[in-house]
Amino acid sequence: METSRREFLRQLSLACGSVLFIPACAGYDSPWRFFSEKEARTVIAFAGQIIPADQDAGATDANVVNFIDKQLIGPYTRFQEEYRKGISAIENSAQKLFQKAFYELDRDNQTGFMEQMEAGKLPEEFWTEVNQRSFFNLVLDHSMQGFYGSPRHGGNKNYVSYKMMRLDYPHVLGQNRYESKCATAKLMEL
Amino acid sequence: MKNKHVNAIVVGAGAGGGIVAKELAVAGLSVVLFERGGWATYDDHNDDELISQRTTVLGNAFGPDDKRHRRVVVNSDGSTRIVLPSEGSYSNNAACVGSGTVSYGAMAWRFMEKDFTMKSTYGHVEGSTLDDWPINYFDLEPYYEKAEWEIGVSGESGANPFESHREKPYPMPPFAYNHSANILADAAKRLGYSPFPIPMLRNSVRYGGRPACYRMRSCVGFACPVNAKCGTHNTVIPTALDSGNCELRTHCQVAEIMLDEKGRATGVKYFDEKDKGQIQTADIVVVSAAAVETARLLLNSKSKLFPNGAGNNNDWVGRNLQGHAYTGAHGLMNDDVYDDVGPGATLAIADFNHDNPGIVGGGVLCNEFTAMPYLFSKMRPPGAKRWGPEHKEYQRSQFKKLIRLHGPFQEIPNFEARVTVDSEVKDHWGIPVARLSGSRHPYDPTGCQYMSERAEEILKEAGAYHTWQRVGGRGLSGGQHQAGTTRMGNDPKISVTNKFGQVHEIDNLFIADGSLCVTNGGFNPALTIMALGYWVGDYIVKNWNGSKFK
Repeated sequence: METSRREFLRQLSLACGSVLFIPACAGYDSPWRFFSEKEARTVIAFAGQIIPADQDAGATDANVVNFIDKQLIGPYTRFQEEYRKGISAIENSAQKLFQKAFYELDRDNQTGFMEQMEAGKLPEEFWTEVNQRSFFNLVLDHSMQGFYGSPRHGGNKNYVSYKMMRLDYPHVLGQNRYESKCATAKLMEL
Repeated sequence: MKNKHVNAIVVGAGAGGGIVAKELAVAGLSVVLFERGGWATYDDHNDDELISQRTTVLGNAFGPDDKRHRRVVVNSDGSTRIVLPSEGSYSNNAACVGSGTVSYGAMAWRFMEKDFTMKSTYGHVEGSTLDDWPINYFDLEPYYEKAEWEIGVSGESGANPFESHREKPYPMPPFAYNHSANILADAAKRLGYSPFPIPMLRNSVRYGGRPACYRMRSCVGFACPVNAKCGTHNTVIPTALDSGNCELRTHCQVAEIMLDEKGRATGVKYFDEKDKGQIQTADIVVVSAAAVETARLLLNSKSKLFPNGAGNNNDWVGRNLQGHAYTGAHGLMNDDVYDDVGPGATLAIADFNHDNPGIVGGGVLCNEFTAMPYLFSKMRPPGAKRWGPEHKEYQRSQFKKLIRLHGPFQEIPNFEARVTVDSEVKDHWGIPVARLSGSRHPYDPTGCQYMSERAEEILKEAGAYHTWQRVGGRGLSGGQHQAGTTRMGNDPKISVTNKFGQVHEIDNLFIADGSLCVTNGGFNPALTIMALGYWVGDYIVKNWNGSKFK
């Protein structure tokens, strides 16, 4: 009987008694599809400040950058060039301002940097090919999509954002319970 | 193999085309119904917010796709850009069997009497092409009724004091208010307004062999998992197919209407699902491809007698592109108002549609459809921070406390808001693409401002401690409520079809969609497009004597 590659690997992993990590393209050990390791670190840090972790999960825990990476070789292929050049411009700007990589900066410096970028006030010399405000808005928007969209696209792991917003998932009609001051007050009157 | 000649071709299986196909097929005409998309089901994309009809960032759940389709948009400075179907300015309408009626919010509005007589009611508006329709509300009333009963509408007859006369009640009872509607209804009444349940093309009880709605959070922008939403895909199109007289050809892109040397339509050229060029001949051609694509098809159909496109010898095809300028207000409440009873919109206030001092037209205000989490991330008071801890805290604490009231303002049509075809950019099949240009009439923001102010007052009365207006009315028109590009009229010099949707000078070419609308009402247009489908279909059937028009 012919065994498919997937089935073979599954059996192998069972036989070894461990989880076998299978990268998307065999022979290359980066977990990223589009980003280089370094680019990914930059975007993870960036998205991590757009949606930081607090008592609830943030962008990093939700795999937001996995979402962006996945889309960049799919529906967002058209943004590849902007990401490549934009990330490079972020790194060059950070080196000039702090002599450090963006992802090595502390939280305050990262957010301060991002506020400058949002307002278009980073040194112009590195932003001749990509508009810093447009690129900020692009990563902002894609981070929101990765955090709040359906997990099937690689982000919003385990529906963490739905949990944060108190939106039950899966949605079982008639079985979900909602906290509501009004409803609670009415119940207490009874 | 050559396609067999048929009596009628209908291009586009949406709100208008699905109905015309059914009317003709059950009357005994042989029909080929063309649809550029396929059948859509809930399982294709389920409740995935990023691929829905509401949020299309990763693609259109109901088509068309980004690979094969393009449009050109002319910016306000005259420069142009190419847009994809998943981008907002494309003005997309779903490309699937049933089109927008599969995924719409399903509001079932009849236009009001004055919506048909805008010019005689309000006079000439400078810089506009505001005009009366060649038909009035009472011409269309029986056809509205037919749409309500054949497609299925839930509503409370008589609850809207501003509604024009109706002969027959709605076939199904109205939907109960959700929590925000209850709060807003009380507030609106205290201010002297008349709130009422929104009529919906959705089953409140079992109807048409399909079950009642179970009030999904993800409704607008999605297909219905239980088939409780009523569209042409689950009503008239199956009826048409059951008649044995209608063949539905999906995944076919119609490229051109063929016209002979006498100026009559002989059929269409199209590309089948394997991209093979084909010809289908017919006695009659009906175009129901929605305002942008209908205009594009006519403009791409050049012939000796119509060198500028079918029916376009007076340069009116593609003109007067309209949609709806959405406007209203948002507010924050102290307590949760979100109760997860989908689709969210249940209450309407029609007091601001006509008869408001100094306002031309107007529109209806409704409590809003549920915003899914990503869409909500863009809903902020002016000046609010868009990211970081503040963003997250807002998202976490305010999602269930936001209350919204907004609606479609009736746009004032103008001649320069238009669809043309691009001379260079072509789609996958080599067909010149639609080019959208012009902008809304400068009056629109004024009317929108008035409606937003009223919305904000009601939200305040309802107890919102922080409110802000969201005023629409600027920029290029179009969108899902696109209309007006082949306006009907009595004078062939300033219209494209007669009052029956029959193209002037081409007596076997008809239009049956929102393109016919002279003005677009202050309401969601689906039921009016359906009524026009019945109206045009009825005229064709009555004047058909077995092989040609009487």
